[in-house]
Amino acid sequence: MVLSKAASESDVSIHSTFASRYVQTSLPRFRMPECSIPKEAAYQIINDELMLDGNPRLNLASFVTTWMEPECDKLIMAAINKNYVDMDEYPVTTELQNRCVNMIAHLFNAPLGESETAVGVGTVGSSEAIMLAGLAFKRRWQNKRKAEGKPCDKPNIVTGANVQVCWEKFARYFEVELKEVKLRDGYYVMDPKKAVELVDENTICVAAILGSTLNGEFEDVKLLNDLLIEKNKETGWDTPIHVDAASGGFIAPFLYPELEWDFRLPLVKSINVSGHKYGLVYAGIGWVIWRNKEDLPEELIFHINYLGADQPTFTLNFSKGSSQVIAQYYQLIRLGFEGYKNIMDNCQGNAMVLKEGLEKTGRFNIVSKDNGVPLVAFSLKDRSRHDEFEVSDYLRRFGWIVPAYTMPPDAQHITVLRVVVREDFSRTLAERLVMDIVKVLHELDQLPSKLLMLSEEKKKVENGNASKKSEIEMQKSITDAWKKFVLAKKTNGVC
Amino acid sequence: MLEVMNKNYVDMDEYPVTTELQNRCVNIIAHLFNAPVGEKEAAVGVGTVGSSEAIMLAGLAFKRRWQNKRKAEGKPCENPNIVTGANVQVCWEKFARYFEVELKEVKLREGYYVMDPVKAVEMVDENTICVAAILGSTLSGEFEDVKLLNDLLTVKNRNTGWDTPIHVDAASGGFVAPFLYPELEWDFRLPLVKSINVSGHKYGLVYAGVGWVVWRSRKDLPEELIFHINYLGSDQPTFTLNFSKGSSQIIAQYYQFLRLGFEGYKNIIENCMENAMMLGEGLKRMGRFDVVSKEDGVPLVAFSFNNKKDMHLAFKLSKLLRQYGWIVPAYTMPADAEHVTVLRVVVREDFGRPLVEKFLSHVETSLNELDSMTEAPLSTILLTVELKNTENAGEEDGGLHIPSNVIMKKELVPISKNIPLIGVKTKGVC
Repeated sequence: MVLSKAASESDVSIHSTFASRYVQTSLPRFRMPECSIPKEAAYQIINDELMLDGNPRLNLASFVTTWMEPECDKLIMAAINKNYVDMDEYPVTTELQNRCVNMIAHLFNAPLGESETAVGVGTVGSSEAIMLAGLAFKRRWQNKRKAEGKPCDKPNIVTGANVQVCWEKFARYFEVELKEVKLRDGYYVMDPKKAVELVDENTICVAAILGSTLNGEFEDVKLLNDLLIEKNKETGWDTPIHVDAASGGFIAPFLYPELEWDFRLPLVKSINVSGHKYGLVYAGIGWVIWRNKEDLPEELIFHINYLGADQPTFTLNFSKGSSQVIAQYYQLIRLGFEGYKNIMDNCQGNAMVLKEGLEKTGRFNIVSKDNGVPLVAFSLKDRSRHDEFEVSDYLRRFGWIVPAYTMPPDAQHITVLRVVVREDFSRTLAERLVMDIVKVLHELDQLPSKLLMLSEEKKKVENGNASKKSEIEMQKSITDAWKKFVLAKKTNGVC
Repeated sequence: MLEVMNKNYVDMDEYPVTTELQNRCVNIIAHLFNAPVGEKEAAVGVGTVGSSEAIMLAGLAFKRRWQNKRKAEGKPCENPNIVTGANVQVCWEKFARYFEVELKEVKLREGYYVMDPVKAVEMVDENTICVAAILGSTLSGEFEDVKLLNDLLTVKNRNTGWDTPIHVDAASGGFVAPFLYPELEWDFRLPLVKSINVSGHKYGLVYAGVGWVVWRSRKDLPEELIFHINYLGSDQPTFTLNFSKGSSQIIAQYYQFLRLGFEGYKNIIENCMENAMMLGEGLKRMGRFDVVSKEDGVPLVAFSFNNKKDMHLAFKLSKLLRQYGWIVPAYTMPADAEHVTVLRVVVREDFGRPLVEKFLSHVETSLNELDSMTEAPLSTILLTVELKNTENAGEEDGGLHIPSNVIMKKELVPISKNIPLIGVKTKGVC
């Protein structure tokens, strides 16, 4: 007997994805699903969920690159299955990494001979780069102290309170004490004088930031260098400098070539830069360069017998994709010096347009300086009715992601909004942002102030009491309550 | 993957779904390893760039836990150490060197190429922060006997009062054992195992750049190591060494979990295993090789020449195979089995049966070449001709007169078979 099949029991694989049963079941969250599903269904389901993510191009909070040329995308896809660390199998990829290191070292005026190779490595980001640089300093310092017969169990590092969180990570994970130079109102970077005062015999290095996270300012590395040379001469300690040029490293050489911040200053021993910020590559690449071989203790370098050949490596990560290294090399040769310079000039120009637009509204103070990373950090002149966090929330509704932060100690009473101007933030977008900010301000002006609402509620509560505070005292107590609430939100570090 | 290339993984506030996918992956992997988490409880774990970072994070957690415990007891905590086998991958040595932990290695011996649990437990002392067992040794793909280690260590802990935990480095084996050997107890089912790392980019079937580390429970991860950052407006806890990175691999990992599911992974690994068996059989049939890898393990085939005199030929064979395009590495084993040289073939998802057969035929051809190279030495005779105007040449014109006392005969010594091709023996093998 032949059983005939009903027409509706057709093969599952020809069903349109949205007609299939796969979109009916909820997605696995805790356990691996038992059965496989067709690849189109998997793709569609994941794609649909990711639609709810923010739009990376409108993410004005991040420095990290969000757009690259299509040709570069092709290169990236082609290289995606190459494991960067297989130096024997993919010698050209390794060669490209070495070329990038050399190019960046020369960009930073490393004191190298004509065909001498630079000392440096590609990393997954500035976090890893900083950890490697810090580790090199720590080991050098320990060796020096052991040679002198002195104790070496309490290393410390001097930075400003405006450092990015990865320095705190380094300090905590590698058991180094972090001595922070506190900020003050109006001066939001590390003060070289105070930094040099904090240096003691256990200091492994002083870290200066070129392009502060909070307001894009460049720290005065030259002054720090000069003061530290003096102190070293007096005390005999040989405290070096590390420059965290995560954002500024690809800006200063193009926009401000006369600014002395790099290896031209003798005490600077290593520099790190993020390829994925103004290096114009997608997330996942950073570089760290040492002045010369002596600054990188030999014992930290591993020689491994990887798949047959001896290769020296000094990284925290081992296997990773090689796409980003290739993309960085692509950018370096495709743009060249003039390409990068043009892009940075554009960014700077757009940042100025944004700044002027904001100043014209009359409601903001501009906290960022003109000389620095192309970003605009601004705060409200009048915080009594609404604060910057509300502005940030309302801007989200237009699609813009603009973060609001409080400054680190001792300037916690200042809150800023920060807009990072990346390569793909054109002038039209800048003007549109200004228009949207003005709209948001109008909206907020219509609304009753959060603070006044709170005070009304408090009045209702206190009407029962006999005591009657004066209006100013009440406002003060309310603003104090809000300040505490905001500070409770403000957690360890800012990025 | 290309579509999400421009999303920075760490922007948790901007890309909440990507973060959610990472959390789901962590939960999926934790349950795969039988972590004791409740039904709706979230597992403790994180995505990393690879097993190197994962191991460093796990090691750091152990080190900090141990330090806290010692400080609470008022004892010194200057000299932490970690006990592993000499077959560890180089990232353990990196961890030891960078984080100032002493590495106590259990030496191997011929025929036993993984860490011996009995010897490991002997080496444990009060300064040991953990014992690291490998599931899927780099050199031979073998699984170490984690259950035996657990049992012996439990006994020792009871005797001494130290609470030495175990970490399982399941970089390759983590995505093999649950599918092929589900009854093998090596994961969180053993009470002393506190953290496990696995590489998503090995048998997790994702491109290079993703690894996972999972802890048993919250208390195994000291709170002070977790950073709470005010990243772009909201509070997010993070515990990784790297910060910004692309989110492509995490999404690819989730795609693989969703698309393949348990049965998909099982089918793929079973295929790999069968191909590895076939390869092993084919090599044994040639009669020249010993297969060093075990059948229960990661699908790879490690083989060495069975004739002791031929050991060093492994490097030559590796070079010859390169001419056909195959990259087969040759290693010497670490201490104390340095006289053994193996060649290692890893059988991945995309190494199908036709390729296995082709590879075997190339090995045969290369073997023949190798044998002919070493049997017949080339000898050469060097003739030096000097034309001299000799007086007693005679009156022959236009003729080349070669006086016999000028012919020099040289016989070159044949190229010896015994030139060791072993280069600088370097630190670790990957």
